[in-house]
Amino acid sequence: MNEEVRKESGRSGAFIISARKRKFQKIAKTAGESMLLLIASFVAIVVLFIFYFVAVDAIPYFQLRGFSEFFTSSNWYPAGEPGEFGALAIIYGSGMVTLGSTLLSVPMGIAAAICLSDILPFSVRQYAKPIIEMLAAIPSVAFGFFALVIFAPLLQTHGGPILMWVWWVLAAPFLLLAAIVIADLITAKIQDQNSRERMSKVLLAVFSVGALGFLYWVGSVLQGIEILTGTNALNVSIILSFMSLPTIVSVSEDALQAVGRDLREGSYALGATRAETIVKTILPAASSGIIAAVILGVMRALGETMVVWMASGNSSHIPDPWFNYLEAVRTLTATIAGDMGEADQVTGSARYHVLFAMGLLLLVISFFSNLVSERIVVRQRKILSGQ
Amino acid sequence: MNFFKKILFGAAVLGFMAGGTAEAKSKIVMDGSTTVGPIAKSFAAYFTKTKGVQVTVSESGSGNGAKSIINGTCDIANMSRAMKSKEAAAAKAKGVNPVEHIVALDGMAIVVHPSNRVNKLTKTQVRDIYTGKVTNWSQVGGPNASIVKIQRESNSGTQDTFMSLVMGKGNPVSKRAETQASNGAVKNRVASTPAAIGFIGLGFTDNSVKALSIDGVKPSVETVKDGTYPISRPLFMYTNGQPTGVVKEFIDLKDTSEGQRMISELGYVNK
Repeated sequence: MNEEVRKESGRSGAFIISARKRKFQKIAKTAGESMLLLIASFVAIVVLFIFYFVAVDAIPYFQLRGFSEFFTSSNWYPAGEPGEFGALAIIYGSGMVTLGSTLLSVPMGIAAAICLSDILPFSVRQYAKPIIEMLAAIPSVAFGFFALVIFAPLLQTHGGPILMWVWWVLAAPFLLLAAIVIADLITAKIQDQNSRERMSKVLLAVFSVGALGFLYWVGSVLQGIEILTGTNALNVSIILSFMSLPTIVSVSEDALQAVGRDLREGSYALGATRAETIVKTILPAASSGIIAAVILGVMRALGETMVVWMASGNSSHIPDPWFNYLEAVRTLTATIAGDMGEADQVTGSARYHVLFAMGLLLLVISFFSNLVSERIVVRQRKILSGQ
Repeated sequence: MNFFKKILFGAAVLGFMAGGTAEAKSKIVMDGSTTVGPIAKSFAAYFTKTKGVQVTVSESGSGNGAKSIINGTCDIANMSRAMKSKEAAAAKAKGVNPVEHIVALDGMAIVVHPSNRVNKLTKTQVRDIYTGKVTNWSQVGGPNASIVKIQRESNSGTQDTFMSLVMGKGNPVSKRAETQASNGAVKNRVASTPAAIGFIGLGFTDNSVKALSIDGVKPSVETVKDGTYPISRPLFMYTNGQPTGVVKEFIDLKDTSEGQRMISELGYVNK
């Protein structure tokens, strides 16, 4: 036993390295580790630095001009002597195009994701998803060029009919669904099955005719509208919705896929139809992922610069009436892009710092949206896991 | 403590890895106005062909041109307006001495859609349209349609010139006016929008838009040269100090017959 140990240590003596070599190894190890640590913390550091530098240049603006003008006035004359820096109309414009694009892209995106994950056969999905994701690969300036050169004149010449068709395509399925659901709800109390079915059919027919009439009436009103300028909030909203579609479709499709086969088959085993399975089982289970997808899509629309700079018209006033999507608007991102060149001539002026104030505002908005989405995802996960 | 040591060490290693970049000086870098851009580009093509000196031309607006020469990132700044006193002061503070060279003259055309009945406006009418006092074409003898006003962004020399030559002090452009980022974009929007009005450099006008007579004078090379057309301006190139070497040769192109031919071919007016 003793002999063994002695032998062992004697043999291992061959592995004892010189002090110099060990020192070198230690330095190399520290260098390697610190390089990896630096690279790993780089992303976090970049985010912190962006926040820091934007804030450092934004705060002087509020020191120079105070808060009230920026948030309450809509007089944006940065080049004037003295300049006026009311950003209310610009903040409003940003909100307007973001809301518009969200209203268009979220229903379309979620519907497309459901179709991809639960309705299309696997062989089709394999090709359909990459094609939708290709939309994300198109550079935003190409979208902007399309919006400015092709879509804007088209809106001016065929604005009314385009609006009418969009109304029909978007509203017809929803109204039909509503008619069916309302007819079912009203007749649900009737006891006798035969008369219930008859009553339900009659009501459905009445509601459908009513819905059709409504569709036609709104459609003809829309067709009569003449769009004065094609570079407006509507144009940008439509183009931005196409740009945020791939994000929404791709992320929510992943969430739907993650729900898994066992939940789906469990639902079918309980006698649910495919529609019931999708609406009552899969969508609630995937809702946290879908909300994350929606917030990512909204952020994409809010942060987009090139398209809005080219095609929103960039006029810094609140449309009249306030919901008029057919007027030109100006957004925060486009203002930063458009006014940058002249502004940093005179570093230290309000005109320079106001752009950073806008950047800070955008940063804060996206920071809070991310925080909210994170919380929703965590809470949803807790509910689903039954805690 | 250990954590910070590691970060410091890593930063030192990265520092060693970063090398200096060598600089070669046998080319000319130009930056600035989109209005002077076409002149600069055809001069550059000619200069590269005959002298073999490489010339790069960026078009980022007069304001950015001034910024570039102040920061020393370009040799020649193209500007469609004179340098402002604030910019000159900023240049002085950085030890830059901007020297002005007038390359050509440019008239600014007020353009409308070709289908518009209106053929002439007075300068006052143009001002009233842009301040928002006049909002319908019927008020100035045109069809019954709301006027879509198109202006340039705030770092454009064309916008500055429009503000000083047409609007004057204390008359801000209406908030409803749309903004486009270049002469080409303004022309494109006016050409595709029946109710639009815009302003672009004379060199950019073509058949897709209609240039209006202002105060009874049609914009043309002759009327800009003899000074009767009311909205015209000189175009500048700025150098840091009196130019020497290839930069001087480049600037002097404007006085050669070849240079003057290029300027008038582009639709600008020789000084």
